[in-house]
Amino acid sequence: MKYAGLLAMPAGFFLILAAILLFPDPLPRATFVLCGLAVEGLGLGVAVRGHMNSREGRA
Amino acid sequence: MTMVPSAPLSDSMFALTLALLFLAPLAIAGVALINAGLGRSRSAAQALLGSLAVLAAAAIVFAVVGAPLAGSAHSLSISAGGKSWNVTGAAPSLLFGMGSSSLQAQLELLFEFLAVAMAAMLPWGSGADRFRLSAGCAAAAVIAGLAFPLTAHWIWGGGWLAQLGVNFGLGAGFLDGGGAATVHALGGLSALAVVWIAGPRRGKFPKEGLSTALPGHNAVYVLFGCLLALVGWLAWNVSAAVLWLHAPLASLPQTALNTLLTGSCAVAGTYAVTRFRFGKPDASLCANGWMAGLVASSATAALVSPLQALFVGLVAGIVTPLLVEVMELALSIDDPSGAVTVHAVGGLWGLFAAGVFAPLPGQLLAQLVGIGTLLGLVFPLLYLLFAVLNRYVPFRVDADGERLGMDLHELGGGAYPEFVIHRDESYR
Repeated sequence: MKYAGLLAMPAGFFLILAAILLFPDPLPRATFVLCGLAVEGLGLGVAVRGHMNSREGRA
Repeated sequence: MTMVPSAPLSDSMFALTLALLFLAPLAIAGVALINAGLGRSRSAAQALLGSLAVLAAAAIVFAVVGAPLAGSAHSLSISAGGKSWNVTGAAPSLLFGMGSSSLQAQLELLFEFLAVAMAAMLPWGSGADRFRLSAGCAAAAVIAGLAFPLTAHWIWGGGWLAQLGVNFGLGAGFLDGGGAATVHALGGLSALAVVWIAGPRRGKFPKEGLSTALPGHNAVYVLFGCLLALVGWLAWNVSAAVLWLHAPLASLPQTALNTLLTGSCAVAGTYAVTRFRFGKPDASLCANGWMAGLVASSATAALVSPLQALFVGLVAGIVTPLLVEVMELALSIDDPSGAVTVHAVGGLWGLFAAGVFAPLPGQLLAQLVGIGTLLGLVFPLLYLLFAVLNRYVPFRVDADGERLGMDLHELGGGAYPEFVIHRDESYR
């Protein structure tokens, strides 16, 4: 689960890169950059959850 | 605050910046003292020796491997989407001298050596009481040899993040005057990776009930470290403003003032929060708040007004103690020095605030792209590298070593041989 989260984070980064490359207009560009950050945040959340689960599993 | 275009440093500016760079290591000394104070007494000598060893390892590896990758004189670019993406430096090796580098380039290199030492030291503090000395040095080598040089090149060396303004019209490109991204966010995220891989200290999270409080052994070290860090931070932020933002001489006193105000408002915020929550102010959390303010000021000090600096500090100071609690109680992250909260979150907050308060259109988006790069690319890369490293150089000391304490186990002697160290739950 932790690794799934960590893999999702680069996906968010590439979404950000795609946003600045593909959208010259400020509004869609900003929207997609925020979406990329949201994906990174979700990935981090899943990684944190995975860390907590693995700790509970060991306890 | 307006920035003037890059111009060769005058002799007086060179002398001023060089003098400031001689004071900047006090920030590193302050952080080392804080790390030692927040750890346990039976690991104090290992903590401070580790700070020296990590600093040395980072400096050596950066000189051999990292400096050419971070340099701005020569670089490698790729073309994608009709734009040129400057991805890494390709400067000549530093080991044969600085050649005909300009005065500015020589000072930039000196600054980067200090920055990499600070960045490498942050995970060392988070791994206190269980992080092996050899593993700390190996992790420092990874940071100094790859993660820091690439990040520094992208931001300070004219890399693709610095060129977001030119290539995509995003303000002045990603702005990180004092190393909030290259030093603090990078070091803080490294600390999170180390903490996850090494695991919590023995007895920190019992099978039942809340986490066990393992308070730092010397609040005086911690608070004196904060005062020492202030001196270093003033020098750090002012010299960084000259080197990376090309700030004019007349703007430097305000940069120093903003640094002081951000830290001051942060500690006031933390004092108020801990006073309200616990009935009395908490010394170690106030130290964390102060440091979080200084970290946030690394991104904002040269770019905001004093009123905005107060706001940046207040938010950092209020959020820090709450986040330290959430990290420990809700997220099971055992971070003795608070580097993840103070340096990673504080740094990212400062970078965001710099975008919010910057007058240039598109600057906030440039800052968000930089933050997204740190979180989405640099952090997973660091975790992967550290996970591989952990297979060859185990991060965590064995159970017996943790029970004995890192001083006895790794150094053969304690930091306080004349004092009786109290027994605790590990001996039962």
